[in-house]
Amino acid sequence: MANAHRHEWAFVLAATVRITRDFDVAEECVQDAFAKALATWSEQGVPASPGAWLTTVARRRAIDLARRRDVAERSKRFLITDVAGDVSPEVGSVEDDRLRLIFTCCHPSLATDGQVALALRMLCGLSTAEVAKAFLVKESAMAARLTRAKKKIAIARIPYRVPRGEELRARTDAVLVVIHLLFTTGHTSPVGELLTQVDLVERSLDLARMLAGLLPDDAETSGLLALILLTDARRGARVGHRGEFLALAEQDRSQWHRASIDEGLHLVGQSIRRGRPGRFTLMAAIAAVHASAEHWDETDWAEIVGLYDLLLKAWPSPVVALNRAVAVSFASGPLAGLNALNELSAEPQLSAYPYMAAARGDCYFRLGRLDQARDAFEEAAILTENGVERAYLLSRVDELTLK
Amino acid sequence: MRLNGSLEEKGAIMAQYLLLIYGDEGSASRAGDEAMGKLMADHDRFGETNGACLRGGNALEASSTATTLRKGPSGEVAATDGPFAETKEAIGGYYVIEASDLDAALAIAKQVPAPFGGVEVRPIRDMS
Repeated sequence: MANAHRHEWAFVLAATVRITRDFDVAEECVQDAFAKALATWSEQGVPASPGAWLTTVARRRAIDLARRRDVAERSKRFLITDVAGDVSPEVGSVEDDRLRLIFTCCHPSLATDGQVALALRMLCGLSTAEVAKAFLVKESAMAARLTRAKKKIAIARIPYRVPRGEELRARTDAVLVVIHLLFTTGHTSPVGELLTQVDLVERSLDLARMLAGLLPDDAETSGLLALILLTDARRGARVGHRGEFLALAEQDRSQWHRASIDEGLHLVGQSIRRGRPGRFTLMAAIAAVHASAEHWDETDWAEIVGLYDLLLKAWPSPVVALNRAVAVSFASGPLAGLNALNELSAEPQLSAYPYMAAARGDCYFRLGRLDQARDAFEEAAILTENGVERAYLLSRVDELTLK
Repeated sequence: MRLNGSLEEKGAIMAQYLLLIYGDEGSASRAGDEAMGKLMADHDRFGETNGACLRGGNALEASSTATTLRKGPSGEVAATDGPFAETKEAIGGYYVIEASDLDAALAIAKQVPAPFGGVEVRPIRDMS
Protein backbone atom coordinates (compact mmCIF):
# COMPACT_ATOMS: atom_id res chain seq x y z
CA MET A 1 0.00 0.00 0.00
CA ALA A 2 2.81 2.41 0.94
CA ASN A 3 4.48 1.39 -2.29
CA ALA A 4 1.37 2.14 -4.32
CA HIS A 5 1.08 5.48 -2.55
CA ARG A 6 4.59 6.50 -3.49
CA HIS A 7 4.51 5.34 -7.06
CA GLU A 8 0.97 6.15 -8.07
CA TRP A 9 0.29 9.44 -6.28
CA ALA A 10 1.50 11.74 -9.05
CA PHE A 11 -0.24 9.74 -11.79
CA VAL A 12 -3.55 9.70 -9.95
CA LEU A 13 -3.37 13.34 -8.89
CA ALA A 14 -2.39 14.54 -12.36
CA ALA A 15 -5.29 12.69 -13.95
CA THR A 16 -7.68 14.01 -11.32
CA VAL A 17 -6.63 17.67 -11.53
CA ARG A 18 -7.70 17.52 -15.18
CA ILE A 19 -11.27 17.14 -13.95
CA THR A 20 -11.33 19.24 -10.79
CA ARG A 21 -9.00 21.89 -12.17
CA ASP A 22 -8.39 22.80 -8.56
CA PHE A 23 -5.46 21.39 -6.59
CA ASP A 24 -7.24 21.30 -3.23
CA VAL A 25 -10.26 19.40 -4.51
CA ALA A 26 -8.05 17.01 -6.50
CA GLU A 27 -5.99 16.25 -3.38
CA GLU A 28 -9.19 15.44 -1.47
CA CYS A 29 -10.41 13.07 -4.20
CA VAL A 30 -7.05 11.29 -4.36
CA GLN A 31 -6.91 10.92 -0.58
CA ASP A 32 -10.44 9.48 -0.66
CA ALA A 33 -9.36 6.99 -3.33
CA PHE A 34 -6.37 5.83 -1.28
CA ALA A 35 -8.59 5.48 1.82
CA LYS A 36 -11.04 3.40 -0.20
CA ALA A 37 -8.17 1.29 -1.54
CA LEU A 38 -7.00 0.56 1.99
CA ALA A 39 -10.40 -0.88 2.87
CA THR A 40 -11.11 -2.66 -0.43
CA TRP A 41 -7.66 -4.11 -1.10
CA SER A 42 -7.32 -5.63 2.36
CA GLU A 43 -10.48 -7.66 1.63
CA GLN A 44 -10.19 -8.36 -2.07
CA GLY A 45 -6.44 -8.19 -2.61
CA VAL A 46 -4.41 -5.64 -4.58
CA PRO A 47 -5.75 -5.24 -8.14
CA ALA A 48 -3.58 -6.08 -11.14
CA SER A 49 -3.18 -2.41 -11.97
CA PRO A 50 -3.35 -0.39 -8.71
CA GLY A 51 -2.77 2.89 -10.53
CA ALA A 52 -5.66 2.43 -12.92
CA TRP A 53 -7.91 1.38 -10.04
CA LEU A 54 -6.99 4.46 -7.98
CA THR A 55 -7.30 6.81 -10.95
CA THR A 56 -10.76 5.51 -11.80
CA VAL A 57 -11.99 5.89 -8.22
CA ALA A 58 -10.45 9.38 -7.77
CA ARG A 59 -11.76 10.65 -11.09
CA ARG A 60 -15.24 9.21 -10.45
CA ARG A 61 -15.30 11.09 -7.16
CA ALA A 62 -14.09 14.27 -8.91
CA ILE A 63 -16.78 14.03 -11.60
CA ASP A 64 -19.34 13.48 -8.87
CA LEU A 65 -18.20 16.60 -7.02
CA ALA A 66 -18.05 18.64 -10.21
CA ARG A 67 -21.65 17.75 -11.05
CA ARG A 68 -22.87 18.63 -7.60
CA ARG A 69 -21.16 21.99 -7.50
CA ASP A 70 -22.72 25.18 -8.70
CA VAL A 71 -21.40 25.67 -12.23
CA ALA A 72 -21.05 29.44 -11.92
CA GLU A 73 -19.07 29.17 -8.69
CA ARG A 74 -16.86 26.51 -10.17
CA SER A 75 -16.01 28.51 -13.27
CA LYS A 76 -14.27 31.13 -11.17
CA ARG A 77 -11.84 28.67 -9.66
CA PHE A 78 -11.01 26.75 -12.83
CA LEU A 79 -7.46 25.91 -13.54
CA ILE A 80 -6.80 26.89 -17.10
CA THR A 81 -6.30 23.90 -19.36
CA ASP A 82 -6.23 23.33 -23.08
CA VAL A 83 -9.12 20.92 -22.85
CA ALA A 84 -11.91 23.01 -21.38
CA GLY A 85 -14.89 20.96 -20.28
CA ASP A 86 -13.28 17.56 -20.70
CA VAL A 87 -14.45 15.23 -17.96
CA SER A 88 -14.14 11.94 -19.79
CA PRO A 89 -11.75 9.69 -17.86
CA GLU A 90 -10.38 8.13 -21.03
CA VAL A 91 -9.18 11.23 -22.88
CA GLY A 92 -5.57 12.43 -22.77
CA SER A 93 -2.49 10.42 -21.95
CA VAL A 94 -1.24 10.00 -18.41
CA GLU A 95 2.17 11.35 -19.49
CA ASP A 96 0.63 14.63 -20.61
CA ASP A 97 -1.17 14.96 -17.29
CA ARG A 98 1.95 14.45 -15.23
CA LEU A 99 3.96 16.87 -17.35
CA ARG A 100 1.26 19.48 -16.85
CA LEU A 101 1.43 18.90 -13.11
CA ILE A 102 5.23 19.26 -13.03
CA PHE A 103 5.26 22.48 -15.03
CA THR A 104 2.45 23.98 -12.96
CA CYS A 105 4.13 23.16 -9.63
CA CYS A 106 7.43 24.64 -10.87
CA HIS A 107 6.02 27.77 -12.49
CA PRO A 108 8.56 30.61 -12.21
CA SER A 109 5.95 32.98 -10.80
CA LEU A 110 5.83 30.82 -7.63
CA ALA A 111 8.51 31.36 -4.96
CA THR A 112 11.21 28.67 -5.05
CA ASP A 113 10.29 27.36 -1.60
CA GLY A 114 6.69 27.10 -2.78
CA GLN A 115 7.74 25.22 -5.93
CA VAL A 116 9.76 22.73 -3.89
CA ALA A 117 6.96 22.22 -1.37
CA LEU A 118 4.35 21.74 -4.13
CA ALA A 119 6.59 19.28 -5.94
CA LEU A 120 6.95 17.13 -2.82
CA ARG A 121 3.28 17.34 -1.93
CA MET A 122 1.71 17.07 -5.38
CA LEU A 123 4.25 15.02 -7.33
CA CYS A 124 5.67 12.78 -4.61
CA GLY A 125 2.61 12.55 -2.38
CA LEU A 126 4.43 13.49 0.83
CA SER A 127 2.12 14.72 3.58
CA THR A 128 2.41 18.33 4.70
CA ALA A 129 4.03 17.10 7.94
CA GLU A 130 6.62 15.11 5.99
CA VAL A 131 7.46 18.05 3.72
CA ALA A 132 7.79 20.27 6.79
CA LYS A 133 10.17 17.76 8.42
CA ALA A 134 12.37 17.54 5.32
CA PHE A 135 12.95 21.29 5.38
CA LEU A 136 12.96 21.64 9.18
CA VAL A 137 10.11 24.10 9.35
CA LYS A 138 6.98 23.89 11.48
CA GLU A 139 4.05 22.03 9.97
CA SER A 140 1.86 25.13 10.29
CA ALA A 141 4.45 27.19 8.37
CA MET A 142 4.65 24.55 5.64
CA ALA A 143 0.84 24.35 5.44
CA ALA A 144 0.73 28.13 4.99
CA ARG A 145 3.41 27.98 2.29
CA LEU A 146 1.48 25.30 0.37
CA THR A 147 -1.81 27.19 0.74
CA ARG A 148 -0.21 30.40 -0.54
CA ALA A 149 1.18 28.60 -3.60
CA LYS A 150 -2.08 26.82 -4.41
CA LYS A 151 -4.02 30.05 -3.95
CA LYS A 152 -1.74 31.86 -6.34
CA ILE A 153 -2.16 29.12 -8.95
CA ALA A 154 -5.94 29.53 -8.75
CA ILE A 155 -6.20 33.33 -8.45
CA ALA A 156 -3.43 34.47 -10.80
CA ARG A 157 -4.49 31.66 -13.18
CA ILE A 158 -1.23 29.83 -13.55
CA PRO A 159 -2.13 27.51 -16.41
CA TYR A 160 -2.23 23.71 -16.08
CA ARG A 161 -0.33 23.29 -19.31
CA VAL A 162 2.99 22.23 -20.76
CA PRO A 163 4.69 25.30 -22.28
CA ARG A 164 5.47 25.13 -25.97
CA GLY A 165 8.26 26.20 -28.28
CA GLU A 166 11.12 28.26 -26.92
CA GLU A 167 9.33 28.74 -23.59
CA LEU A 168 9.64 24.98 -22.93
CA ARG A 169 13.46 25.04 -22.68
CA ALA A 170 13.52 27.87 -20.11
CA ARG A 171 10.71 26.35 -18.09
CA THR A 172 12.31 22.89 -18.14
CA ASP A 173 15.41 24.45 -16.57
CA ALA A 174 13.27 25.77 -13.70
CA VAL A 175 11.92 22.25 -13.11
CA LEU A 176 15.43 20.77 -13.16
CA VAL A 177 16.60 23.35 -10.62
CA VAL A 178 13.80 22.32 -8.23
CA ILE A 179 14.62 18.60 -8.58
CA HIS A 180 18.34 19.32 -8.12
CA LEU A 181 17.63 21.38 -5.00
CA LEU A 182 15.65 18.46 -3.57
CA PHE A 183 18.55 16.15 -4.29
CA THR A 184 21.29 18.33 -2.80
CA THR A 185 19.19 18.95 0.32
CA GLY A 186 18.81 15.19 0.72
CA HIS A 187 22.36 14.19 -0.28
CA THR A 188 24.02 16.29 2.42
CA SER A 189 21.44 17.48 4.85
CA PRO A 190 22.13 21.19 5.56
CA VAL A 191 21.44 20.64 9.28
CA GLY A 192 20.90 17.75 11.65
CA GLU A 193 22.70 14.63 12.77
CA LEU A 194 22.23 12.47 9.67
CA LEU A 195 24.45 12.99 6.63
CA THR A 196 21.76 12.00 4.13
CA GLN A 197 17.97 12.31 4.06
CA VAL A 198 17.35 9.14 2.05
CA ASP A 199 13.72 9.96 1.45
CA LEU A 200 14.48 13.28 -0.29
CA VAL A 201 17.21 11.67 -2.38
CA GLU A 202 14.84 8.94 -3.54
CA ARG A 203 12.03 11.39 -4.31
CA SER A 204 14.37 13.53 -6.39
CA LEU A 205 15.53 10.41 -8.23
CA ASP A 206 11.89 9.45 -8.88
CA LEU A 207 11.14 12.92 -10.22
CA ALA A 208 14.24 13.07 -12.42
CA ARG A 209 13.38 9.63 -13.79
CA MET A 210 9.80 10.68 -14.40
CA LEU A 211 10.87 13.83 -16.24
CA ALA A 212 13.50 11.99 -18.27
CA GLY A 213 10.85 9.49 -19.30
CA LEU A 214 8.54 12.30 -20.35
CA LEU A 215 11.20 14.38 -22.16
CA PRO A 216 13.53 11.68 -23.53
CA ASP A 217 15.18 14.02 -26.04
CA ASP A 218 16.15 16.71 -23.54
CA ALA A 219 19.91 16.49 -22.88
CA GLU A 220 19.85 18.43 -19.60
CA THR A 221 17.04 16.29 -18.19
CA SER A 222 19.06 13.12 -18.88
CA GLY A 223 22.09 15.00 -17.52
CA LEU A 224 20.36 15.67 -14.20
CA LEU A 225 19.21 12.05 -13.91
CA ALA A 226 22.80 10.93 -14.60
CA LEU A 227 24.15 13.39 -12.00
CA ILE A 228 21.79 12.08 -9.33
CA LEU A 229 22.52 8.42 -10.17
CA LEU A 230 26.31 8.89 -10.21
CA THR A 231 26.42 10.94 -7.01
CA ASP A 232 23.95 8.81 -5.10
CA ALA A 233 25.80 5.64 -6.15
CA ARG A 234 28.36 6.56 -3.44
CA ARG A 235 25.73 6.72 -0.69
CA GLY A 236 26.68 3.42 1.01
CA ALA A 237 30.37 4.33 1.03
CA ARG A 238 30.11 7.87 2.40
CA VAL A 239 29.65 6.83 6.01
CA GLY A 240 31.90 4.36 7.87
CA HIS A 241 31.00 1.65 10.39
CA ARG A 242 30.81 4.08 13.29
CA GLY A 243 28.67 6.55 11.35
CA GLU A 244 31.68 8.71 10.56
CA PHE A 245 31.98 10.73 7.36
CA LEU A 246 34.32 9.34 4.71
CA ALA A 247 35.75 11.76 2.13
CA LEU A 248 35.90 10.74 -1.53
CA ALA A 249 39.57 9.80 -1.13
CA GLU A 250 38.81 7.41 1.75
CA GLN A 251 35.75 5.65 0.34
CA ASP A 252 35.77 1.92 -0.44
CA ARG A 253 34.81 2.17 -4.09
CA SER A 254 33.70 -1.48 -4.25
CA GLN A 255 30.78 -0.27 -2.10
CA TRP A 256 29.59 2.10 -4.81
CA HIS A 257 26.33 1.04 -6.40
CA ARG A 258 27.39 -0.46 -9.73
CA ALA A 259 24.00 -0.48 -11.48
CA SER A 260 23.47 3.25 -10.77
CA ILE A 261 26.96 4.04 -12.08
CA ASP A 262 26.41 2.05 -15.28
CA GLU A 263 23.08 3.74 -15.92
CA GLY A 264 24.54 7.17 -15.11
CA LEU A 265 27.55 6.69 -17.39
CA HIS A 266 25.28 5.58 -20.24
CA LEU A 267 23.03 8.63 -19.79
CA VAL A 268 25.84 11.17 -19.50
CA GLY A 269 27.42 9.78 -22.67
CA GLN A 270 24.12 10.26 -24.47
CA SER A 271 23.72 13.84 -23.20
CA ILE A 272 27.25 14.88 -24.16
CA ARG A 273 26.86 13.51 -27.68
CA ARG A 274 23.93 15.87 -28.17
CA GLY A 275 26.43 18.75 -28.16
CA ARG A 276 26.92 21.98 -26.17
CA PRO A 277 26.49 20.41 -22.74
CA GLY A 278 24.63 22.45 -20.12
CA ARG A 279 25.09 22.77 -16.38
CA PHE A 280 23.64 19.44 -15.28
CA THR A 281 25.31 17.44 -18.05
CA LEU A 282 28.69 18.96 -17.10
CA MET A 283 28.21 18.22 -13.40
CA ALA A 284 27.23 14.66 -14.36
CA ALA A 285 30.35 14.40 -16.54
CA ILE A 286 32.51 15.39 -13.53
CA ALA A 287 30.76 12.76 -11.39
CA ALA A 288 31.36 10.29 -14.24
CA VAL A 289 35.14 10.91 -14.14
CA HIS A 290 35.13 10.05 -10.41
CA ALA A 291 32.92 7.01 -11.03
CA SER A 292 35.29 5.75 -13.74
CA ALA A 293 38.38 5.79 -11.49
CA GLU A 294 38.80 2.51 -9.62
CA HIS A 295 40.97 4.19 -7.01
CA TRP A 296 41.33 7.78 -5.81
CA ASP A 297 44.92 7.79 -7.17
CA GLU A 298 43.65 7.06 -10.68
CA THR A 299 41.37 10.10 -10.82
CA ASP A 300 41.89 12.12 -14.02
CA TRP A 301 42.14 15.57 -12.38
CA ALA A 302 43.17 17.40 -15.55
CA GLU A 303 39.94 16.21 -17.18
CA ILE A 304 37.96 17.34 -14.12
CA VAL A 305 39.56 20.82 -14.15
CA GLY A 306 38.73 21.11 -17.87
CA LEU A 307 35.10 20.19 -17.16
CA TYR A 308 34.93 22.75 -14.31
CA ASP A 309 36.21 25.41 -16.75
CA LEU A 310 33.30 24.60 -19.07
CA LEU A 311 30.89 24.50 -16.13
CA LEU A 312 32.00 27.95 -14.95
CA LYS A 313 31.14 29.31 -18.39
CA ALA A 314 27.74 27.57 -18.47
CA TRP A 315 26.95 28.44 -14.86
CA PRO A 316 29.16 31.12 -13.26
CA SER A 317 28.88 30.58 -9.50
CA PRO A 318 31.32 31.00 -6.59
CA VAL A 319 30.57 27.45 -5.41
CA VAL A 320 31.56 26.05 -8.82
CA ALA A 321 34.74 28.16 -8.71
CA LEU A 322 35.51 26.70 -5.26
CA ASN A 323 35.09 23.14 -6.53
CA ARG A 324 37.31 23.98 -9.48
CA ALA A 325 40.02 25.28 -7.11
CA VAL A 326 39.90 21.99 -5.19
CA ALA A 327 40.32 20.07 -8.46
CA VAL A 328 43.28 22.35 -9.32
CA SER A 329 44.90 21.42 -5.99
CA PHE A 330 44.92 17.77 -7.10
CA ALA A 331 45.81 18.41 -10.75
CA SER A 332 48.61 20.96 -10.15
CA GLY A 333 49.44 20.61 -6.45
CA PRO A 334 48.29 22.18 -3.17
CA LEU A 335 50.07 25.51 -3.74
CA ALA A 336 48.25 26.08 -7.05
CA GLY A 337 45.03 25.06 -5.28
CA LEU A 338 45.64 27.48 -2.43
CA ASN A 339 46.27 30.31 -4.90
CA ALA A 340 43.03 29.51 -6.72
CA LEU A 341 41.18 29.46 -3.36
CA ASN A 342 42.71 32.77 -2.28
CA GLU A 343 41.42 34.39 -5.47
CA LEU A 344 37.92 33.56 -4.19
CA SER A 345 38.42 34.96 -0.68
CA ALA A 346 36.46 38.12 -1.48
CA GLU A 347 33.33 36.20 -2.58
CA PRO A 348 30.60 37.11 -0.05
CA GLN A 349 28.72 33.85 -0.79
CA LEU A 350 31.75 31.84 0.34
CA SER A 351 32.67 33.80 3.48
CA ALA A 352 30.60 31.55 5.76
CA TYR A 353 30.72 28.46 3.55
CA PRO A 354 32.25 25.55 5.49
CA TYR A 355 33.67 23.85 2.37
CA MET A 356 35.83 26.93 1.64
CA ALA A 357 37.60 26.68 5.01
CA ALA A 358 37.82 22.87 4.72
CA ALA A 359 39.39 23.14 1.25
CA ARG A 360 41.97 25.65 2.54
CA GLY A 361 42.70 23.36 5.47
CA ASP A 362 43.35 20.44 3.15
CA CYS A 363 45.77 22.45 1.00
CA TYR A 364 47.67 23.68 4.09
CA PHE A 365 47.81 20.11 5.40
CA ARG A 366 49.31 18.81 2.17
CA LEU A 367 51.83 21.68 2.19
CA GLY A 368 52.90 20.69 5.72
CA ARG A 369 51.64 24.01 7.17
CA LEU A 370 49.93 22.17 10.00
CA ASP A 371 49.04 25.06 12.32
CA GLN A 372 47.22 26.85 9.51
CA ALA A 373 45.57 23.57 8.53
CA ARG A 374 44.26 23.04 12.06
CA ASP A 375 42.86 26.59 12.24
CA ALA A 376 41.11 26.18 8.89
CA PHE A 377 39.53 22.82 9.85
CA GLU A 378 38.40 24.35 13.13
CA GLU A 379 36.76 27.23 11.25
CA ALA A 380 34.99 24.77 8.93
CA ALA A 381 33.76 22.72 11.92
CA ILE A 382 32.24 25.86 13.45
CA LEU A 383 30.54 26.81 10.17
CA THR A 384 28.93 23.47 9.24
CA GLU A 385 25.53 22.66 10.72
CA ASN A 386 25.63 18.98 9.76
CA GLY A 387 26.63 16.81 12.72
CA VAL A 388 28.40 14.08 10.69
CA GLU A 389 30.49 16.62 8.79
CA ARG A 390 31.34 18.45 12.02
CA ALA A 391 32.57 15.24 13.65
CA TYR A 392 34.81 14.56 10.64
CA LEU A 393 36.31 18.07 10.68
CA LEU A 394 36.90 17.96 14.45
CA SER A 395 38.70 14.61 14.07
CA ARG A 396 41.10 16.32 11.66
CA VAL A 397 41.61 19.17 14.16
CA ASP A 398 42.38 16.61 16.91
CA GLU A 399 44.79 14.74 14.67
CA LEU A 400 46.74 17.96 14.02
CA THR A 401 46.69 19.07 17.65
CA LEU A 402 48.47 15.84 18.66
CA LYS A 403 51.25 16.36 16.12
CA MET B 1 -1.46 37.82 -33.49
CA ARG B 2 -5.12 37.81 -32.47
CA LEU B 3 -4.38 35.51 -29.59
CA ASN B 4 -7.29 36.95 -27.70
CA GLY B 5 -9.82 36.28 -30.43
CA SER B 6 -8.75 32.72 -31.04
CA LEU B 7 -9.03 31.84 -27.35
CA GLU B 8 -12.43 33.39 -27.04
CA GLU B 9 -13.57 31.22 -29.92
CA LYS B 10 -12.50 28.20 -27.92
CA GLY B 11 -14.68 29.40 -25.07
CA ALA B 12 -11.87 30.19 -22.62
CA ILE B 13 -12.90 32.44 -19.75
CA MET B 14 -10.84 35.62 -19.85
CA ALA B 15 -9.36 37.38 -16.84
CA GLN B 16 -8.07 40.92 -16.40
CA TYR B 17 -4.62 41.87 -15.17
CA LEU B 18 -3.19 45.23 -14.12
CA LEU B 19 0.32 45.87 -15.43
CA LEU B 20 2.02 48.40 -13.13
CA ILE B 21 5.04 50.03 -14.70
CA TYR B 22 7.68 50.88 -12.10
CA GLY B 23 10.72 53.02 -12.80
CA ASP B 24 13.47 55.14 -11.27
CA GLU B 25 12.16 58.68 -11.70
CA GLY B 26 15.66 60.17 -11.39
CA SER B 27 16.93 58.17 -14.37
CA ALA B 28 13.78 59.02 -16.32
CA SER B 29 14.18 62.76 -15.73
CA ARG B 30 17.84 62.64 -16.72
CA ALA B 31 17.09 60.82 -19.97
CA GLY B 32 17.13 63.21 -22.91
CA ASP B 33 14.31 64.20 -25.26
CA GLU B 34 15.47 61.65 -27.77
CA ALA B 35 15.21 58.77 -25.28
CA MET B 36 11.76 59.93 -24.16
CA GLY B 37 10.64 60.21 -27.77
CA LYS B 38 11.73 56.64 -28.39
CA LEU B 39 9.91 55.49 -25.23
CA MET B 40 6.68 57.10 -26.46
CA ALA B 41 7.10 55.41 -29.84
CA ASP B 42 7.71 52.07 -28.09
CA HIS B 43 4.47 52.46 -26.14
CA ASP B 44 2.61 53.30 -29.35
CA ARG B 45 3.99 50.15 -30.92
CA PHE B 46 3.02 48.11 -27.85
CA GLY B 47 -0.52 49.47 -28.14
CA GLU B 48 -0.74 48.62 -31.84
CA THR B 49 0.58 45.08 -31.33
CA ASN B 50 -1.60 44.27 -28.33
CA GLY B 51 -4.66 46.41 -29.08
CA ALA B 52 -7.02 43.42 -28.96
CA CYS B 53 -6.09 42.64 -25.33
CA LEU B 54 -5.87 46.23 -24.01
CA ARG B 55 -8.68 47.43 -21.76
CA GLY B 56 -7.06 50.67 -20.64
CA GLY B 57 -3.85 52.35 -19.63
CA ASN B 58 -2.23 55.70 -18.89
CA ALA B 59 1.07 57.37 -18.13
CA LEU B 60 1.21 59.10 -14.73
CA GLU B 61 2.79 62.39 -13.69
CA ALA B 62 5.79 62.22 -11.34
CA SER B 63 5.21 60.87 -7.81
CA SER B 64 6.25 64.30 -6.45
CA THR B 65 2.87 65.56 -7.69
CA ALA B 66 0.96 62.92 -5.69
CA THR B 67 -1.13 63.60 -2.58
CA THR B 68 -1.74 60.85 -0.04
CA LEU B 69 -4.70 60.62 2.31
CA ARG B 70 -4.34 58.72 5.56
CA LYS B 71 -6.67 58.26 8.47
CA GLY B 72 -5.21 59.70 11.68
CA PRO B 73 -5.54 58.19 15.19
CA SER B 74 -8.82 60.00 15.91
CA GLY B 75 -10.36 59.04 12.60
CA GLU B 76 -9.80 62.32 10.77
CA VAL B 77 -8.37 62.13 7.24
CA ALA B 78 -5.11 64.01 6.74
CA ALA B 79 -3.60 64.88 3.37
CA THR B 80 0.18 64.70 2.94
CA ASP B 81 2.48 65.54 0.07
CA GLY B 82 3.91 62.65 -1.94
CA PRO B 83 3.13 59.03 -2.83
CA PHE B 84 1.80 56.43 -0.35
CA ALA B 85 5.18 54.71 -0.12
CA GLU B 86 8.44 56.53 -0.79
CA THR B 87 10.50 54.16 -2.92
CA LYS B 88 13.33 54.60 -5.38
CA GLU B 89 11.13 53.13 -8.09
CA ALA B 90 7.68 54.67 -8.44
CA ILE B 91 4.65 53.76 -10.55
CA GLY B 92 4.93 55.71 -13.79
CA GLY B 93 2.02 54.21 -15.67
CA TYR B 94 -0.24 51.20 -16.08
CA TYR B 95 -2.14 49.06 -18.53
CA VAL B 96 -5.24 46.94 -17.97
CA ILE B 97 -5.17 43.85 -20.16
CA GLU B 98 -7.36 40.84 -20.75
CA ALA B 99 -5.72 37.42 -20.99
CA SER B 100 -6.76 33.79 -20.76
CA ASP B 101 -4.19 32.92 -18.08
CA LEU B 102 -1.03 34.12 -16.35
CA ASP B 103 1.30 32.87 -19.09
CA ALA B 104 -0.63 34.86 -21.70
CA ALA B 105 -0.58 37.92 -19.41
CA LEU B 106 3.17 37.58 -18.83
CA ALA B 107 3.77 37.27 -22.57
CA ILE B 108 2.05 40.65 -23.05
CA ALA B 109 3.70 42.23 -19.98
CA LYS B 110 7.13 41.28 -21.31
CA GLN B 111 6.52 43.60 -24.27
CA VAL B 112 5.72 46.65 -22.10
CA PRO B 113 8.53 49.21 -22.44
CA ALA B 114 9.97 49.76 -18.95
CA PRO B 115 13.53 51.03 -19.46
CA PHE B 116 13.83 52.56 -15.95
CA GLY B 117 12.57 49.63 -13.92
CA GLY B 118 10.15 46.73 -14.39
CA VAL B 119 6.54 45.63 -14.61
CA GLU B 120 4.37 44.11 -11.87
CA VAL B 121 1.53 41.87 -13.05
CA ARG B 122 -1.48 41.78 -10.71
CA PRO B 123 -4.65 39.77 -11.29
CA ILE B 124 -7.75 41.97 -11.07
CA ARG B 125 -10.37 40.42 -8.79
CA ASP B 126 -13.42 39.16 -10.62
CA MET B 127 -16.38 40.77 -8.83
CA SER B 128 -19.03 39.48 -11.23
